[in-house]
Amino acid sequence: MEKLYKFLKYTFIILWTVFIVAPFLWAVSTSFKDFQSVNSKVTYIPWLDFEPTLEGWRVLVKSPARGGVDIVEPYFNSIFVTCTASLISIILGTLAAYALSRFTFKAGFVRNNDITFFFISQRIMPPIVLSIPFFIFLSTIGLLDSLLGLVVVYIVLLMPIAVWIMVDFFNRVPKELDETALIDGCNPYQAFYKVVLPNSIPGLIVAGMFCIIFGWIDFFFAFILTFTEVQLLPVKVVALNSSITPWWSLSASALISVAPLIIVAFVVERYLSKGNLSGALK
Amino acid sequence: MNLIGENLTYKPDNQFHLNNVSFDFKKGNLYTILGRTLSGKTTFLKTIAGLLNPDSGNLSFEGKDFSKIPVWERNVAMVYQQFINYPHLNVYENVIFPLKQRKLSEDKIKTDVDEALKTVGLVGFENRKIQELSGGQQQRVALARSLAKKAKILLLDEPLVNLDYKLREQLREEFKKIFSKGLSSDAILIYSTTDPQEVMELNGEVIVLDEGKVLQKGPAKEIFENPRNLKVAEISNDPPMNILKGNKSSEKLIFENISINIPTHFKNLEDQNYNFGIRASEIKLDDQGEEFEIELAEISGSETLLHLKKGDSKVIALIEEVMNFKIHEKVKIKFNENKFYAFNKEGELISSPYGDLNG
Repeated sequence: MEKLYKFLKYTFIILWTVFIVAPFLWAVSTSFKDFQSVNSKVTYIPWLDFEPTLEGWRVLVKSPARGGVDIVEPYFNSIFVTCTASLISIILGTLAAYALSRFTFKAGFVRNNDITFFFISQRIMPPIVLSIPFFIFLSTIGLLDSLLGLVVVYIVLLMPIAVWIMVDFFNRVPKELDETALIDGCNPYQAFYKVVLPNSIPGLIVAGMFCIIFGWIDFFFAFILTFTEVQLLPVKVVALNSSITPWWSLSASALISVAPLIIVAFVVERYLSKGNLSGALK
Repeated sequence: MNLIGENLTYKPDNQFHLNNVSFDFKKGNLYTILGRTLSGKTTFLKTIAGLLNPDSGNLSFEGKDFSKIPVWERNVAMVYQQFINYPHLNVYENVIFPLKQRKLSEDKIKTDVDEALKTVGLVGFENRKIQELSGGQQQRVALARSLAKKAKILLLDEPLVNLDYKLREQLREEFKKIFSKGLSSDAILIYSTTDPQEVMELNGEVIVLDEGKVLQKGPAKEIFENPRNLKVAEISNDPPMNILKGNKSSEKLIFENISINIPTHFKNLEDQNYNFGIRASEIKLDDQGEEFEIELAEISGSETLLHLKKGDSKVIALIEEVMNFKIHEKVKIKFNENKFYAFNKEGELISSPYGDLNG
């Protein structure tokens, strides 16, 4: 029985791993092919099945004038927009979440929960509904087709995630911890950044990770709100597709656009396992 | 120059947490707040700390209006019943935190912290992480942080309640020593608890609190000997004092068809109905006594608690040895009539075995 269970368990794990990893291997292999090797017959292993070439990768860094599709600039645009918007969202979102978790707000019928819901409701609406007001708003203030405009829109999209995660996190930090800090001579701001914040690192990392992921993978708003001046990576990758699909450079660009998220996942995993709060909660 | 509270009332959500509480705490003294859970003890301490603002009433310390001073400038220290420390700091950094906050000189900080750690017996634990400590040790760190501060008002909110039995006994002993020698004559110590035994052992001035109201104030001995009313008698004894509805005639005390000789201290009482009170420890097993039925027998430590019943009356007897009883078994018990209290119909104390009802 024990053995059968083990056998089934590992079979499942192996199948699942293949299911997850296979597309990546397929993309890696395709990125080193040329037109000939993609379209002739099914091939997998370089040198044995087909002759590898770096053409698919070279196209990505060549300027359009020399027959390439420069994705270096969109790549850095994406990094800039995602990081800036995530950072601002985390800072503002954490402050908002702390206030919502610790203070009681009353404005007419509006209470803390209503305010939290207001933040989250930004994510409930389908993006297509938001796109029209965003478009009009950005064109009115003259930020259409600009990095700054994208940052503004992404903050609207990412801050609810930060607020949502951090409110939940702060609610689980005992209020007595803040009170002890106050009693020990901290004013409320010092209590926040000297005591609450250092104990909120796991929450901040989770919130940051979600912001980066959702910012990085957004295609829709990057597509609607930019034209020629500024382009983000997802839009550029999709734009590679023309009458002939360049599978090799498409695979290469897909791989390098996934790379940052994989790195983030590995870094974050280290921090997440260190639950830091157990001492205060016991 | 004392800590004075006048008519403090705090009533969120239509329920009294503090109901017209007044007090006058003098420096160098130990005050214990005794009350059941949700009786307002924590609210009381938080109000003094400044974490809560009372709806009405005045609070002053050293002649200054305390309500105008924010928490972080009040120079109080507080130990919570949950073990609250800063989890991101080690033991030493935890204890040093409030001193650094006050920007004292390095040398002064060092001696104060070392002294506090020595007092609570945590020398050698300086570099440990809080998460690596046991509950008792965590509470010691919290106490060390409070002591190192040398605050003028030290608040302890049921500091032992979350510890297991053995550790509680041990730490209670240590607390007693720390308070008796470590407390400067410049400080006021306020200790809240649900446990009457802690109150008696700490032997300070007691305030009995119930539903936010002060029921009785006085030295521990006074509360024990002359509980002002039935509620105090119940709160200040563990197990609660037994209350028996009965009648006093010229010759006998009668309840549940049991008649008992009138104790000498009842001689001057009017003949009428009373609530008679007797502590569990004043009831003994005796073959010549009255027959009661056992409802429940609990062994706790080296004692046995018998929950007994006769007619409508229920009593708890404390037997000072471990004995096995069967439920519904009949036992004979004898009341120590010289330790009977008498409360009137309104529940107020009329006569006490310790005499002297001045307050």
